[in-house]
Amino acid sequence: MPENTDGGRSPVAARRHQEHFFAETDETGLGAVDAVDDSGAPSSMWSEAWRKLRRRPIFWISAAIIVVVCVVALFPQLFTSIDPRRDCDLGNSYGPPAPGHPFGFDQQGCDIFSRTIYGARASVTVGVLATAIVIVVGATIGAVAGYFGGWIDSVLSRLTDIFFAIPIVLAAIVIMQVFTDRDAVMVAVVLASFGWTNIARITRGSVMSVKNNDFVTAARSLGMGRGSILVRHVLPNAAAPIIVYATVALGIFIVAEATLSFLSLGLPENIVSWGGDISAGQRAVRTNAEIIFYPAGALALTVLGFIMMGDAVRDALDPKQRER
Amino acid sequence: MLRYIGRRVLQLIPVFLGATLLIYFMVFSMPGDPVAALGGERGLPEQVADRIREQYNLDEPFLIQYLLYLKGVVTLDFGVTFSGREVIDVVADALPVTFRLGVMALIFEAVLGILLGLFAGLRRGGVFDATVLVVSLFVIAVPTFVIGFVLQFFVGVQLEWLPVTAGNDPDFESLLMPAIVLGAVSLAYVLRLTRTSVAENRAADYVRTATAKGLSRGRVVRVHVLRNSLIPVVTFLGADLGQLMAGAIVTEGIFNINGVGGTLYRAIIGGESSTVVSLTTVLVVVYILANLLVDLLYAALDPRIRYA
Repeated sequence: MPENTDGGRSPVAARRHQEHFFAETDETGLGAVDAVDDSGAPSSMWSEAWRKLRRRPIFWISAAIIVVVCVVALFPQLFTSIDPRRDCDLGNSYGPPAPGHPFGFDQQGCDIFSRTIYGARASVTVGVLATAIVIVVGATIGAVAGYFGGWIDSVLSRLTDIFFAIPIVLAAIVIMQVFTDRDAVMVAVVLASFGWTNIARITRGSVMSVKNNDFVTAARSLGMGRGSILVRHVLPNAAAPIIVYATVALGIFIVAEATLSFLSLGLPENIVSWGGDISAGQRAVRTNAEIIFYPAGALALTVLGFIMMGDAVRDALDPKQRER
Repeated sequence: MLRYIGRRVLQLIPVFLGATLLIYFMVFSMPGDPVAALGGERGLPEQVADRIREQYNLDEPFLIQYLLYLKGVVTLDFGVTFSGREVIDVVADALPVTFRLGVMALIFEAVLGILLGLFAGLRRGGVFDATVLVVSLFVIAVPTFVIGFVLQFFVGVQLEWLPVTAGNDPDFESLLMPAIVLGAVSLAYVLRLTRTSVAENRAADYVRTATAKGLSRGRVVRVHVLRNSLIPVVTFLGADLGQLMAGAIVTEGIFNINGVGGTLYRAIIGGESSTVVSLTTVLVVVYILANLLVDLLYAALDPRIRYA
């Protein structure tokens, strides 16, 4: 712009009579601009999420619930010395709380406290196992569909649609009635075989949005194979929504198991489970409503722990909130 | 738009075929002989068992059975139940009740969920928000059947505000409590989804623009915030219709309603394979159609989506 150099119109010229203050060059330390402190560990998405997470009380509350429930499920004998199946006395049927029996007795005269403690194992087993299967199957199908695209995507997406079209509890009811000797593993497998579709859809979408990033192109230009790019670079970056959903799904599976047990299509009576105890307590709801409260409360608290954990993790991983 | 609808309907055909094949496979190729079970402990005479097998095409190979069944579905001939009633009559009796129950639950969860979620999302972090959030977490965590019993006991038996059970040909009043129980868990999900979505959109640029050009707060919230926030909610409601149908099995059991869920449960326990398959097929068709409707609703809600 040559015409601006003459006359009083250039900004510098207009301020000719103003006082100017300059900082001394050696004071600003321009050399420091290019120096970045890289002595600390690189701040990845995960470490940043962890920093946010540990400031949230809701995270610690839910973590405490989950740890306690898992310990109870693994070592129930640490919390009660009463056998939930054998130490029953019909004379105590629907008995009120007594010393050593803080929750009272159920219809069979069994100690409700020990049944509630021992019931944790069935629910946690079903929840954890079903979630693990669902993550492996769903994430594999979703990742392959999203990453390779084309006809593979079409086939896998239609397959997902088919399984998605059958509600999970409905499918489980149809399958479960066939088996007579049921256990927690079987319930988990049945629930998982129809519960993987949501994870597959979430993974597919997540992988599709990640795979067009520059670092994927860079890895390919370095000669990396497609399979190892998917495993090493795409999946770790697409994992956040999968983890969030998995936490919530764990709670949903526990409720589904209880629903099946309630319909007497879940775990048999010789396995102590919250669903089974709720179902048994329901028969007496009009006379002894309080006995349904303990297994239902334990179940609700466990599910609550997992759902709150999912909430906290989602907030911590949400890129829209990360800059705060 | 018409071409888009056409394409979506064509896509539904493989899903329908796959889902019915899967159901058929689950029900019929499982171990156990439903016909032998009919006779109880004494067992059926061989000729009778053979006639029943022939009647239900159970003597044919699996794939032929399935194709014959499909032919029946297309011609609306679902066969007869083991007790001799036409399956289509059973469905026709049960479906309207469940449909009424499902629609009531859907309206309940949609209206209340969106309203509560909207107010919570607009004042995120406030007292109302925190209260609603905690309550919704508890509703999700407590199994539906527990909520059902507790409500039935307190509202129905002790307070006598609403009928305890529904029975045959239920009216609005007797379906009210079952519908609330059926929709309760989904209500919590709708609420949380709306809340997150509203809180996110409230800070969006177009909302600031709308406020800046002098629109009233009510109009900004209704037209700009709410409409954009409803897109994930509508997706959820569509997918939820299937869950409601499945949840009806439990709710109809508790409140003694003669709907699809109750009939289906009795058929499953009684081992009436053909009834199970037919009722499940009806549920799956309802579910698939609901999801199609949701896809089409997108266009009405989100002007950015144009179907070519």
